[in-house]
Amino acid sequence: MREVTINPITRLEGHGKISIFLNELGNVENAYLQVPELRGFERFCVGRKAEDMPQITSRICGVCPVAHHYAGTKALDAAFNIEPPSAAKKLRELMYCGYIIYDHTLHFYYLGGPDFIVGPEAPPEKRNILGVIEKAGLEIGKEVIKHRAYGQKITEIIGGKATHPVCGLPGGISKPLSEEDRQEIEKMATSCVEFAKLSLKLFHDIVLGNEKYVEMIKSEAYTLKTYYMGLVDENNKVNFYDGKVRVVDPHGNEFLKFEPKDYLDHIAERVEEWTYVKAPYLKKVGWKGFVGGADSGIYRVGPLGRLNAADGMATPLAQEEYELMYRTLGGKPVHSTLVFHWARLIELLYATERAVELCKDPEITSTKVRNLPNKPGEGVGIVEAARGTLIHHYVLDENALVKNVNLIVATINNYPAICMSIRDAAKGLIHGGNVNQGLLNKVEMAFRAYDPCFACASHFAIGQMPFTVEIYNHEKKLLKTVQR
Amino acid sequence: MTKEKLKFAFYWAASCGGCEIAVLDINEKILDVVQMADIVFWPVAMDIKYKDVENMPDKYIDVCFFNGAIRTEENEEMAKLLRQKSKILIAYGACSHLGGIPGLANVANREEVFEKAYLKNVSTVNPDGVTPKTRAKVKEGELEIPEFYDTVKALDQTVDVDYYVPGCPPQVELTINAIETIAKGELPPKGSVLAPLKSVCDECPLNPTKTDKIQISEIHRIYEIIPDPSKCFLPQGVICMGPATRGGCNARCINADMPCTGCGGPCPNSPEQGAAMIGALASLLGLGEEKEKYTEADIEKLVAQIKDPLGTFYMYSLPSSVLRRRVMKK
Repeated sequence: MREVTINPITRLEGHGKISIFLNELGNVENAYLQVPELRGFERFCVGRKAEDMPQITSRICGVCPVAHHYAGTKALDAAFNIEPPSAAKKLRELMYCGYIIYDHTLHFYYLGGPDFIVGPEAPPEKRNILGVIEKAGLEIGKEVIKHRAYGQKITEIIGGKATHPVCGLPGGISKPLSEEDRQEIEKMATSCVEFAKLSLKLFHDIVLGNEKYVEMIKSEAYTLKTYYMGLVDENNKVNFYDGKVRVVDPHGNEFLKFEPKDYLDHIAERVEEWTYVKAPYLKKVGWKGFVGGADSGIYRVGPLGRLNAADGMATPLAQEEYELMYRTLGGKPVHSTLVFHWARLIELLYATERAVELCKDPEITSTKVRNLPNKPGEGVGIVEAARGTLIHHYVLDENALVKNVNLIVATINNYPAICMSIRDAAKGLIHGGNVNQGLLNKVEMAFRAYDPCFACASHFAIGQMPFTVEIYNHEKKLLKTVQR
Repeated sequence: MTKEKLKFAFYWAASCGGCEIAVLDINEKILDVVQMADIVFWPVAMDIKYKDVENMPDKYIDVCFFNGAIRTEENEEMAKLLRQKSKILIAYGACSHLGGIPGLANVANREEVFEKAYLKNVSTVNPDGVTPKTRAKVKEGELEIPEFYDTVKALDQTVDVDYYVPGCPPQVELTINAIETIAKGELPPKGSVLAPLKSVCDECPLNPTKTDKIQISEIHRIYEIIPDPSKCFLPQGVICMGPATRGGCNARCINADMPCTGCGGPCPNSPEQGAAMIGALASLLGLGEEKEKYTEADIEKLVAQIKDPLGTFYMYSLPSSVLRRRVMKK
């Protein structure tokens, strides 16, 4: 068997390695995505002060610190059995919108989107933000820089710092929003709505307007039939900050809907010897290996996971685009991995619309933003990180020190599916031992669609260099190492 | 400014990616950076291989901004390689500077980390006690992953470091200031931390309300009380690391009505941050010259109220502190 290894994979957050094994005919036998690092947050959080957890766990990932900050804060709300005042919840959600705006923009223009916008066959040195600017124009480039910064600024105003915010406390947040700051956020959020519309137009023009891309999106190599998971509000609409976890089966029917505190009844993880990252699956379905379908407990999270798991978007423009997407692709659920990019932009639009709504809410400047907590106990907090469902579970002792921690992060939920997507893409694209750079790019595209964040996945491990692909032949000899 | 363009490199070792975002957060200033310097290595944003760095002549890179702590063999190799290839090596951000929050892992070793992550974990179903192996057999062959080290180190515990940019992540102004200082060729003596000499208290808007002696009978945790946002945390009984922490952050956490947790690292004249804070607390409590104010029992009672002193006083600096790590029994 031959093995192909891709290491390092550029333009994603974190570190990873892909090994591809070929058979005697030079076709793909199997592929492995290994996450080579580990940090041990679950261990070193033990003994820390409960109130430090939202700040400590945000250091799991500097790209999505807000998600960890609020999963942690909500776990503390639950552990101290305290409901935050309504204004505090709205401020948390507004800040969360800022984070989604920044993170989805980062991914679409800097990390994953360049594959489409510049093109999967373009040379690697062009498939980045500069290539995007070259293709889409400097004006777009300026808009990208400006609105990514707006997302960060919204987070910073409410959170104190954009990267590693500090405002979350059990029962609320540390500081109310001033009228002056509210106006500034509203101005930025309103501009972000236009930017999101522009981004969708770009996607329609460049991606959906190109038959070759559409064909690729719909191809078998990029299709994976799985369960889907995401938080939904009381109307089963996508919600990032709060709600119940809903799971739909590969046919799109509701399979589960549960409260965060019950996650252990529904999600389990297994350990593989060849990677530091665990593989989660739906407990009721069980682990059947790295296979898709209704008999396998593998599920997907993140933009496409959320849209598939929900019945729609809670804001008008995003809802319109949601309907258009499913209409275009032949109904729900959509199993095409590359559609994650489209779903991500629909969510960007939703986050901007929702941010404007929240800014106009008269309660948003209320000074009542904290309730004092009760006795410490045990709590689970779930939010939707940009990359998917994020679970923090803390057990506190009587001094409100951490006794036990469990974390299931967004990218980990997608890890089994990412492994399969890479394998399937490799199978569809490598034949007779023919491995060229363009093919490897497409293998990378298969996992970049998920916007995987191995800094997160390795909360656990630490954010690191990109990737290597190693190719082994049927005699298990290393044939070729491709590093980019 | 030199005539020839400078050559910059950015690298991340054991970090969260937040320092990369901090570089992006200089926003349009990045265009000035591109004007004055060629970026010759930046894995998060550019397709350049390790091999290309190996092929560079020694001291080819003018300035390397290195973020993240040293946790694995690979981190260590890259630190050594980039040291060799760079004229100036900058430890950028708290992890590289002091070990950072991931450095708290020095309370444990690999075995304990594995146990918590893979064996005794509420969501993990693992009846056979499987743990990751550096070399694992799979049906098709053998797969390798790097070994997980027991101890986290700051960058200067592995290689010689020229300068430090503090913060978790560094404040945008500090990053811009460091780049401008380099461009002008006005670098301070080797070993300097590129930040103001003052403490967080010195730039804190609440500082005028901090008294020299603070009479407190009880230490409160921030979640237990709603402090008066117009007054210093310390007289209100909330521990704030401001007195023992280097400024340059514009007291950004305190401006969000939260106490400082110390990410800027120690002040210039007291390099042991945790000890400095304990000293500051003692002096604020009036211990020393005014011992009579407190009985020994009072003091014991107060000190006993400080929960998790390690996480409180060494949240970012355990690996580089005198404590360094917990001694593990074999």
